[in-house]
Amino acid sequence: MLALRGISKRFGAVQALADVDLEVHAGEVVALVGDNGAGKSTLVKTIAGVETIDSGVIEWQGRPVSIGKPHDATNLGIATVYQDLALADNLDVVGNLFLGREIRRFGLLDEVEMERRSRELLDTLSIKIPSVRIPVASLSGGQRQTVAISRSLLGDPKVVILDEPTAALGVEQTAQVLDLVERLRDERGLGVILISHNMADVGAVADKVAVLRLGRNNGTFGMRDTTQEQIISAITGASDNAVTRRAARQTGPEGEK
Amino acid sequence: MSDTDQTAAPAAAAQVDPRLILAEGGVRGYLREFWRRVRGGELGSIPVVVGLIVIWAIFQSLNSGFLSPSYLTELSINIVATGMLALGIVFVLLLGEIDLSIGSVSSACAAIVAVANQTWGLSEGLSILLAVAAGLAMGLIHGFFFAKIGVPAFIVTLAGLLGWLGVSLWVLGKTGSYNLTNSNGLIDLLTNTYFEELFWGYLVAIVVAVVYFVISLRGSLARRRAGIPARSVTEVIIRSAVLAVVLLAVAVVFNQARGLPLAPLIFLAFILIAGFVLNHTSYGRKVFAVGGSIEAARRAGINVAAVRISVFAISGTMAAIGGVFYASVNRGVTQSGTGQQILMYAIAAAVIGGTSLFGGRGSAFSALLGVLVIQSIAAGMNLLGITNYAQYMVTGIVLLAAVVIDSVSRRSQKASGRA
Ligand SMILES: Nc1ncnc2c1ncn2[C@@H]1O[C@H](COP(=O)(O)OP(=O)(O)O)[C@@H](O)[C@H]1O
Ligand SMILES: [Mg+2]
Repeated sequence: MLALRGISKRFGAVQALADVDLEVHAGEVVALVGDNGAGKSTLVKTIAGVETIDSGVIEWQGRPVSIGKPHDATNLGIATVYQDLALADNLDVVGNLFLGREIRRFGLLDEVEMERRSRELLDTLSIKIPSVRIPVASLSGGQRQTVAISRSLLGDPKVVILDEPTAALGVEQTAQVLDLVERLRDERGLGVILISHNMADVGAVADKVAVLRLGRNNGTFGMRDTTQEQIISAITGASDNAVTRRAARQTGPEGEK
Repeated sequence: MSDTDQTAAPAAAAQVDPRLILAEGGVRGYLREFWRRVRGGELGSIPVVVGLIVIWAIFQSLNSGFLSPSYLTELSINIVATGMLALGIVFVLLLGEIDLSIGSVSSACAAIVAVANQTWGLSEGLSILLAVAAGLAMGLIHGFFFAKIGVPAFIVTLAGLLGWLGVSLWVLGKTGSYNLTNSNGLIDLLTNTYFEELFWGYLVAIVVAVVYFVISLRGSLARRRAGIPARSVTEVIIRSAVLAVVLLAVAVVFNQARGLPLAPLIFLAFILIAGFVLNHTSYGRKVFAVGGSIEAARRAGINVAAVRISVFAISGTMAAIGGVFYASVNRGVTQSGTGQQILMYAIAAAVIGGTSLFGGRGSAFSALLGVLVIQSIAAGMNLLGITNYAQYMVTGIVLLAAVVIDSVSRRSQKASGRA
């Protein structure tokens, strides 16, 4: 579906990304992990069109595309939910879902239709929210996250990128969000790129783990035959040795499908 | 938006989190819902309506002339100038910003009306148009410096406060004061027109209530058809009936004095239009979004600068309209312009009426409620012969109370996050 090949990005003296590859297929959750400053957010921004790449190729459904601005990414079918959800606290759930793309009738807001579609969307995702008409300020962190993710789905994307969706959440709420991620994959057949620091989350939902270290690929692991220790050592580079490299080689090709 | 009854449609039940205080039907359900709102800080206009009733009761008990038809008619006309400014300020507060210039803008525009008409010989209608255009231009200037240059709104409009005050004195020139006493002239008619035939008041009351009923009923039925929670028909009928009773009562009061006055009718029309724009158009949604989260608005593709500039333009325009009404009520303009306190009263009115200082929460209606409170206090104290300093102190306390309610409700709204 979406493939990055040899992506490089430089900020002044910082080589934030060097020759990075990443692939995500339909119906697949790819976890993108790495230490702070590894370049995860930068990679996401290049896909989302917030930053342009210096070199490399972005392929969409097998064809090279250029993503110069956020609009390009949205038009292709790539939706991004950033870490700071950027919801308007004072607006209700419906207002947030449709912000910037309100449904209008005779030039006026069609609240009925927007509310109906909101409920429909939340229902199909089995998202539980007390009411679509309360300000999102009074929702819990997990609910806010699900609202933000739902909002990204309104444009009918094929790939969804989630930047640390569970970072600020408790156990129960994390589970809700992970459930939602699974439904995106299994019921909607979306490709999901999940950035996370949390190995338990990654282990729970990811099919494939791509590790970034200091702006470079440091292995892609298939989830089934990799231990958390292997991933963690790839992240930290603590045991950047033959064992991990071997593990990466063995699982690498399988992960590329 | 927030006062939609969630009880009616069964579809709602499936979505409701079981831990939530379930909305129930009937009186009990309403009481519970009400209590939930009190605790959640979603009080809306309840405190200010209660406050207004208390204020009226106090003044009435101290002087039985207060609630007399002629005094209330006078009150309804005197609220209009400040009310127009307050309505503009509502938009600015919704962005979470402030406009300190509106007093001076209204003074300058009142001066422009007088001078354009008396010295330059323009017709009254053209003079008014010129003044309103000037107010619009002043607002655009504030908006430009705020949104495009990045100067804090507080400072831009503080500069406006000084600058436009200077302009108003300059426009008035050596003459210093102008009379606008041309009865049957447009300016005079604005605040000196009464529809004396009794039926006018009743007609307006009935028409407004019926229109409200039809719109609410259609909305309720459309929601039901779409399978989303809707107000029950009974509730729509009750609400419309209450509205009709209130409006008819107002009409009766007006009719016992000089008939239905034009000025508050114009004010009401402005409020309805502003409320409509805020709640039913994309533009209004953008204003709320920018006030709630600039980042969210920007990411949703909203042109934040354009929204900001337009809002300050609205504020300037409304200040100009308020200035015209002020000149009309006072039948002229002097060097003291629209007065020192109109700025404070307008901002206080918007906040007292329930528009948050923190941005993103409020309504056009709050301008009406707030200005009624402020002017009732002023009028009542005048009637009792209470001196200026006490008036200022009481108004200050009321404003403080309103801001406290605003702050507390904001906090409890954050704290009451459920599930
Ligand atoms: N706009 C920028 N200007 C300069 N340096 C940047 C910029 N954005 C990111 N970087 C640098 O690029 C590197 C990768 O950052 P980032 O992608 O945010 O990492 P991560 O999200 O994995 O923690 C860091 O060293 C960071 O300082
Ligand atoms: Mg990051």
